Amino acid sequence: MSYTCTLGLRRYAFGNLKNLLAKASPARSGDMLAGVAAASEEERMAARIALADVPLARFLQEAVVPYEEDEVTRLILDSHDTLAFAPVAGLTVGEFRDWLLSDAADADSLQALAPGLTPEMVAAVSKLMRNQDLILVAAKCRVVTRFRNTLGLPGRLAVRLQPNHPTDDPKGIAASMLDGLLYGVGDAVIGINPATDSLPAITTLLRLIDEFREQYDVPTQSCVLTHVTNTIRAIDKGAPVDLVFQSIGGTEAVNRSFGVTAALLDEANTAARQLGRGSVGNNVMYFETGQGSALSANAHHGADQQTLEARAYGLARRYQPLLVNTVVGFIGPEYLYDGKQIIRAGLEDHFCGKLLGLPMGCDICYTNHAEADQDDMDTLLTLLGVAGINFIIGVPGADDIMLNYQSTSFHDALYLRRVLDRRRAPEFEDWLERMGIADYRGELLPQGATQPLLALAGRL
Amino acid sequence: MSKPAIVTPDPWLRLQSLTRARVALGRSGVSLPTREVLRFGTAHAQARDAVHQALDVQALQSELHEAGFNTCAVHSQAADRSVYLRRPDWGRRLAPDSADALAQQAPSLWPAAPKLAIVVADGLSSLATRSHAQPLLEALLPYFPELYRLPVVVATQARVALGDEVGHILGAEQVVVMIGERPGLSSPDSLGLYLTAHPRPGLTDANRNCISNVRPEGLPYADAARKLAFLIAGARRLGRSGVDLKDDSDSHALLEGDADLPALEATPPA
Repeated sequence: MSYTCTLGLRRYAFGNLKNLLAKASPARSGDMLAGVAAASEEERMAARIALADVPLARFLQEAVVPYEEDEVTRLILDSHDTLAFAPVAGLTVGEFRDWLLSDAADADSLQALAPGLTPEMVAAVSKLMRNQDLILVAAKCRVVTRFRNTLGLPGRLAVRLQPNHPTDDPKGIAASMLDGLLYGVGDAVIGINPATDSLPAITTLLRLIDEFREQYDVPTQSCVLTHVTNTIRAIDKGAPVDLVFQSIGGTEAVNRSFGVTAALLDEANTAARQLGRGSVGNNVMYFETGQGSALSANAHHGADQQTLEARAYGLARRYQPLLVNTVVGFIGPEYLYDGKQIIRAGLEDHFCGKLLGLPMGCDICYTNHAEADQDDMDTLLTLLGVAGINFIIGVPGADDIMLNYQSTSFHDALYLRRVLDRRRAPEFEDWLERMGIADYRGELLPQGATQPLLALAGRL
Repeated sequence: MSKPAIVTPDPWLRLQSLTRARVALGRSGVSLPTREVLRFGTAHAQARDAVHQALDVQALQSELHEAGFNTCAVHSQAADRSVYLRRPDWGRRLAPDSADALAQQAPSLWPAAPKLAIVVADGLSSLATRSHAQPLLEALLPYFPELYRLPVVVATQARVALGDEVGHILGAEQVVVMIGERPGLSSPDSLGLYLTAHPRPGLTDANRNCISNVRPEGLPYADAARKLAFLIAGARRLGRSGVDLKDDSDSHALLEGDADLPALEATPPA
């Protein structure tokens, strides 16, 4: 099948679906670096016009990354649910956009549709959508997951407490953790990026959080974000593992560069589920992703970075994860150049993940060599809040002193709760009230000598 | 008459002594107090300036010259900072006129096929390069007294791999790239050191050894020089640099009773 569009005297032809998707993608530095972006603004619009006419069913016949070469493609196509696809099977990409925006698409119909959609279909329709479309449709989706609390309920927003320290110093980590909890943060997960990959150090951190959680009966989950093979070893050694973390990407080759395969993830998922540590549910996987990872590993097959990102979600959904986090601005300006590109990518990732049925969160972030600042983060934070994001990241003062980048702060989460009336996970909300950290409305209370966490802080 | 307190303080200020993280900031309503917004904004401004301020090549060269080093300046294929940030591949190659000039000037400045060449590169923080390259070179002199006669090439809009081409043109046995690292909010001036043996275009990060966070508040000059000299000697013995050298150097460090030698960082190059 050839894809063409004539604008005035000029006829644009696109050799295959992969090229068409790449040329239709909103401008970003990573696609230019890869040499797959549209050469002009007119070519980009021509690609979108041609893409709007492509039947959704075409995506089941023409793979963006070859089926024979790539296990992610095989997983996507082999697990496609034809019955679930039926309501939109006769639509083109352009008609699908209209359908998503229509009243026919609501929380229930979108949830039922998710297994019938492929990542490429979802990426394609996102390229025809404006930011407000991405927000409106995502806000209709509902993805609820559970481990020791319930995440993703309507009107709720959770936060990952990220108490990183450059040398994994237990007291330094505990200081940031207590600061976060006293700001009402930590319902999504208490998750540490360790500075080292050594198993004893990781086990020490796991025990540190787990003992604290047990002592104060905190209804949340913990995670040390190390390679999946380390987590499997930690489980074997009897360490208190709640969640299995892993970075994943949208091709078999990029996953190989991360040292993972679907079989390895299957093994880890099974091992963690068998521990049965969840109290209200057993979603045990925590994935992180981000546009540009496949290109940086030279594993992109000539596809655009947004389509490949959606394919990572195609892999993630196999595991019914508790959390999927797109770390949107971490990768640097050669992939997402400025605030505008980071904001767009964050909205796309959230939309695509939600449509595929995933519990999407976002690390709303940037590095100091990107053309972005706190104002851009405020904008994306607000937009994703409106779009109904499941969780965001909480770092003391937005400054991660271990990973050297800027994310969102505990204060940022309070801001979003205040302006959008978003509450914490219900179990965690109850705990904060029992601890006297917040009142029944979720508002922070003044703290004094009777606060048990302050007594703990005094003993550190 | 004293003003009523507007900012809600956090009665856990003690935690600030346990981490550099921005804990116990207090709040204005639910938001950051003015003083913290200004403090954060200043740190970000310094990091941004470090990325965007052009390296003053002439000033750096004349300082190095006064200190006794023979220098030459080159430029990558990235014409300016905006292009540099978008096209890391262009920052890894010399501009053709720079490559020609380097080949022509080298015989008059330095001996042929030097054992070691130094590339002083702006990378992502010219502030780091300007502040720390010269003191670090001087800290290396006790280990390499011949450093005054060896090539010191000042490179702009440069990534780490630019050193491969420079070293190749000079016929150097090893090249050390001293380069400004991506600035953190509280560390706008970290210098990174990358050692590559038998440099030539097409090598990857697996062929290099890295020493990170060189600055007085991080890894001080004397310690960085000692580690670098150690790696250079190790690479010479081994005949190559990169992943194989790391384990070797660590075990040697222990053999020499140098147990406090920090582990070598294997952070990816800029």
